[in-house]
Amino acid sequence: MNTRKVTSALALCLAMALGVSACGGSGGSSSSGKKDQALTSIVNASTKKGGTVTADHSSGPDSLDPGNTYYGWVQDFSRLYARTLLTFKPAAGKAGLTVVPDLATGLGTASPDAKTWTYHLRTGVKFQDGTPVTSKDVKYAIERSNFAPDVMSNGPVYFKSYLADDTKYQGPYKDKSANGLASIETPDAQTIVFHLAKPFADFDYLATFSQTAPVEQSKDTGATYVQHIQSTGPYKFASYSEGKGATLVRNPEWNKATDPIRTALPDKYVLKFNINQRTIDNDLLSNNLTVDLQGTGVEAETQSKILGNKSRLDHTDDAIAGATSYMALNLHVAPFDNVNCRKAVQYAVDKKSVVDAEGGAVKGDVASTLLPPSVNGYTKFDDYPTAGNAGDVTKAKAALAACGKPNGFTTTLTARSDRQPEVDGATAIQAALKKVGITVNIKTFPSDKYFSNYAGVPDYVHSHDVGMMMMAWGADWPTGYGFLDQIVDGSAIKPSGGNNLMELNDPQINQALASAISNTDAAARTKAWGDIDKMVMANASVVPLIYRKNLLYRPDSATNVTVTQAYLGMYDFLLMGSSK
Amino acid sequence: MIEGRSLGQIAWSRLKRDKVAMAGGVVVILLVLLAILAKPIEMVFNLDPNAFHQNLVDPELLAPKGGWGGMSWAHPLGVDPKFGRDILARIIEGSWISMLVATGATVLSNVIGTVLGIIAGYYGGWVDALISRLMDVFLAFPLLLFAISISASLQDGAFGLSGLPLRICVLIFVIGFFNWPYMGRIVRGQTLSLREREFVEAARGMGARGPFILFRELLPNLVAPILVYSTLLIPTNILFEAALSFLGVGIAPPQASWGGMLTSAVDVYQSDPQYMFVPGLAIFVTVLAFNLFGDGLRDALDPRSK
Repeated sequence: MNTRKVTSALALCLAMALGVSACGGSGGSSSSGKKDQALTSIVNASTKKGGTVTADHSSGPDSLDPGNTYYGWVQDFSRLYARTLLTFKPAAGKAGLTVVPDLATGLGTASPDAKTWTYHLRTGVKFQDGTPVTSKDVKYAIERSNFAPDVMSNGPVYFKSYLADDTKYQGPYKDKSANGLASIETPDAQTIVFHLAKPFADFDYLATFSQTAPVEQSKDTGATYVQHIQSTGPYKFASYSEGKGATLVRNPEWNKATDPIRTALPDKYVLKFNINQRTIDNDLLSNNLTVDLQGTGVEAETQSKILGNKSRLDHTDDAIAGATSYMALNLHVAPFDNVNCRKAVQYAVDKKSVVDAEGGAVKGDVASTLLPPSVNGYTKFDDYPTAGNAGDVTKAKAALAACGKPNGFTTTLTARSDRQPEVDGATAIQAALKKVGITVNIKTFPSDKYFSNYAGVPDYVHSHDVGMMMMAWGADWPTGYGFLDQIVDGSAIKPSGGNNLMELNDPQINQALASAISNTDAAARTKAWGDIDKMVMANASVVPLIYRKNLLYRPDSATNVTVTQAYLGMYDFLLMGSSK
Repeated sequence: MIEGRSLGQIAWSRLKRDKVAMAGGVVVILLVLLAILAKPIEMVFNLDPNAFHQNLVDPELLAPKGGWGGMSWAHPLGVDPKFGRDILARIIEGSWISMLVATGATVLSNVIGTVLGIIAGYYGGWVDALISRLMDVFLAFPLLLFAISISASLQDGAFGLSGLPLRICVLIFVIGFFNWPYMGRIVRGQTLSLREREFVEAARGMGARGPFILFRELLPNLVAPILVYSTLLIPTNILFEAALSFLGVGIAPPQASWGGMLTSAVDVYQSDPQYMFVPGLAIFVTVLAFNLFGDGLRDALDPRSK
């Protein structure tokens, strides 16, 4: 029968989608798929070349220059025009977290102490002007992106923090010496060697950063390089207009033989910036747009429009965003210097109510650990279980009594004023804590000043008795270290702009992080992240609230759609094509 | 026998004949009573504006379960879409905030406006020039921007106040302090014409000094315009308070305020339109009632202005 044929064809598609995207024939037609199908498989699989991917963003990139960006979607998208040493496998489900070689011929070779990392580059890779890519171009790209903060201000500086840098290197724009940074060696045109200051076993993840995409020194004009980026990938810029958009067309110098991971199906990409989010959502619903670049899902109003409609619902993927919302309890603000008072809050918070206030199960699941499920090292446990995650007044009161505050206390909770769900979550926490006698005053601050002036400034936090702070965190790379290092390590406490809001400086946790990251045994490392998560939870200064999820919408015209967990749960732009 | 009637009695009889103004007046009185008695009413009817009923809302659809914004016997005006808080209780709780801020701000701008306006009008010359220019400066001030920045910067605690009392004081100050020139100009204009009248000349001839003339001779004759303008200023200030809360620099959540309710309703107006309707209606009725009453009062006190 006809329906049976369709079903078996679909099953075949699913089976094949697990391997490489190869499900010819179905491309172009509108097989919309099921809800959440793109989480584990490639929806609308197609091998048909051609079409234009249209992609809008409600604001815009920090920069499309691969050396000057921190945004997750640019990391994902820039792979179309900037090949990095390694990258994440464009594949569905957990396979998307696998690191695979891109510009390099294989993963990094580490010295036994994990302090020296060597990569070999493929031959035959060229810039769009025909110049062959050499290891010097990769070295230069890292120098400009990490060591010239006055020119390249946006990106992370992990390379700078981990590379051995005894020369006080000033970056390629100031330091014109031929050798450049001493801690990166290029013995020949195809080899690059990184010398690190301390053992760092996650280095392959750093090699996936867009910062490792080669840049020709002769073509680099600093901050204005974004106007004429030299592509190494299958697409190059035909036009770019700051704040407005960009057009990418095929790059004839790209050779499929040198590139095992890119399918490069669409002919063209048209990007538009500063488009109202509601317009973007409506264009997606009406199939006039291929994808929302930001990848954080539709806005609340659109969500309610979708959820009431079965056929629209089948076009959605509720993707795990790789981020956890939590509440930080500051260890230096009384009474949270007492572990029992922290435990009282752990038990008193009604997490179910927080999730409901922030948009329900679509927006995320109740969290019991700091590491979210998509991060390598996640271990499932719950140290402070309550029935239905709704809080436990009895246990909370017992903890309060043990803390010497049987009648509760008064404290301050901060949240970001321009993040309505966060303020709503804080309101729900306030109501739950009131039941056990803890009076909470909510203070809100704009998110651009939240870490630089308020929650991230220990002096402010102490002097204003800010005991509790709303916080959300996503990993820069999807391992336990990439997630935890910046928020629970003692060295992440800064006079301003710090992210360790608890001011957690536990020698055991610091030591565990340091020893795990120097361990080259991947399995032992993975286990360690879960153990560290348990140590943090035993300290009770982090109240995990929500494993964040984003409701993504895939229109009929989008082909080869799959969610990549490696890039905060947005769609994989390397795979995505368009039937239009 | 014809009884002598005072000015007040004449005005009252005129006002009584104006049905629309009387209706407005009755609503105003009811609203003031509601605001004053908000806390006792909540206690008697066991209404908690901050109690959650999240079992009554669908978190994903951003709307209360059931039709009409979750209206039921237990929650006659429904519940709000995220927390399931009773809207009726929040409207009642919000009324005293609106009234307190609007009245406080009106009193503040009246006091400043009257004192400076009467001085400018009576003394004239350089005093008048100075105060009039000051009024121009205040009128030219980008009030909304200033209000936003001062409310945002003072949310921590200042003048020994913090939390809700601080927010209320800041709102009263911001709204009242920058609205006085309107009152000031009206009072100045009236004073300019009054100071040439015979009774002022007479007082001056009998040796009365400045302050006596200002506050014993002129002020009683200014009561009518001040009263009228106040009743018209209160609704403006209610709207302004709602606007500031709407912009997120007014009353801090979870304290209920009408403007704050409108803000949260805007997020969900497609999924739960009823939620926006209730606080919107409350503001509309209040503003309309004060305006109708104020208009009627003006007609009654000064029939020539009709």
